[in-house]
Amino acid sequence: MIEFQLDAASGVATYLQLVQQVHQALQLGLLEPGDRLPTAQQVVAQLAINPNTVLKAYRDLEREGLVRARPGQGTFVIRSLPRTDPVAQNRFLSSMTDWLRSARAEGLGPDDIEAIYRTAFRNCFAEGVA
Amino acid sequence: MSFVIEASGLGKQYGRRWALRDCTLAIPDGKVVGLVGPNSAGKTTLLHLAVGLVSPTSGSIRTLGANPGEGPVQLGRVGFVAQDTPVYGKLSVAQHLRMGAWLNPRWDPGIAASRIEQLGLDPRQRAGTLSGGQRAQLALTLAIAKSPECLILDEPVASLDPLARREFLRSLMEIVAAQGISVVLSSHLIADLERVCDYLVVLVGSRLQVAGEVSDLLSSHHRISGPRRDASGLPPSLEVIEESHTGKQSTFLIRTSDPVHDPAWTVRPVTLDDLVITYMSRQANTSERTRRPQLKVMS
Repeated sequence: MIEFQLDAASGVATYLQLVQQVHQALQLGLLEPGDRLPTAQQVVAQLAINPNTVLKAYRDLEREGLVRARPGQGTFVIRSLPRTDPVAQNRFLSSMTDWLRSARAEGLGPDDIEAIYRTAFRNCFAEGVA
Repeated sequence: MSFVIEASGLGKQYGRRWALRDCTLAIPDGKVVGLVGPNSAGKTTLLHLAVGLVSPTSGSIRTLGANPGEGPVQLGRVGFVAQDTPVYGKLSVAQHLRMGAWLNPRWDPGIAASRIEQLGLDPRQRAGTLSGGQRAQLALTLAIAKSPECLILDEPVASLDPLARREFLRSLMEIVAAQGISVVLSSHLIADLERVCDYLVVLVGSRLQVAGEVSDLLSSHHRISGPRRDASGLPPSLEVIEESHTGKQSTFLIRTSDPVHDPAWTVRPVTLDDLVITYMSRQANTSERTRRPQLKVMS
């Protein structure tokens, strides 16, 4: 069973942190189909958060088709997430590093680069939503 | 939809001072509601009105769909813990429970006993010698053992150290998880509320500033910055909560239900802390503006 952690300083909504941690655990193979998620009561006892937050996170995961709630038994993982291909990860890391080096060579500072990254990131993911 | 607290044009006057005025809100059932605001914002007054300890000067309020403090049945439906979690210093823990059982028709001795055991309290100990955290837990035990439909807590953790505060909120959340009851609690510590509340009510200067689901509030407020321009030049769908300008740049905290697509703006999400502090300072600025002309007259 996984144990959730909270990062209060992250600025990420609590329910989203729970969802992301389940995603990560699935990607890393720490959670597999058939595994049970902690009950809302267990998470509340551990983190002192609102049980509705836990239920909201589990509902999101259920909507994604990753888990299913079985009344009286708990919430179970029903699908795994493909693990991120480490070769692809390395490829993107090195092309991003090249990009950063060339931006720095053109005289851009860390703030400029971060602003560009944020804008590109937002544009890219906003397209997906809209 | 049923509501835990429903108020319409609610006001309460003490002497010449309005402790709360023109308050209209409807808080849905089944939430953990955080009531925030600086001291003397009207938080305690609103809670006292909700439990029927005082009656409105104007407007109306209903708690769980009924007149607060209407009779023994209504009193039994609401568990209330007043500020500083008062207990009787000379009575022992066991005597508190006996009194609770005697005064409350729906008293659940099982819940009371198991909570006292879980907390590791000695039933023979006098309440006056308990630590602050233990006193708060005893008060919460009395409030929950009467089997209420909602809990109303006035600054329950204000005087507790961080560990006792966390333990108290954990107990409270375990109660919510087990019994699904509504909770309304006031605090001026936003960090505490952030973990536990899913609904927020901000009171400042005896007026309601904003109320809503925490997730809705966070997704509808953004901080945007871009080339300098006046608030009047923004699309009407954006409600400006706060603005600040430098030579070339303008920054606004806005409320909108539409996504902001204008590429001229850098859009940042706001934290709950940000949001509450902005609403609080907005009120402070307004009252400063209204005071200023009077100062001129004086000089």
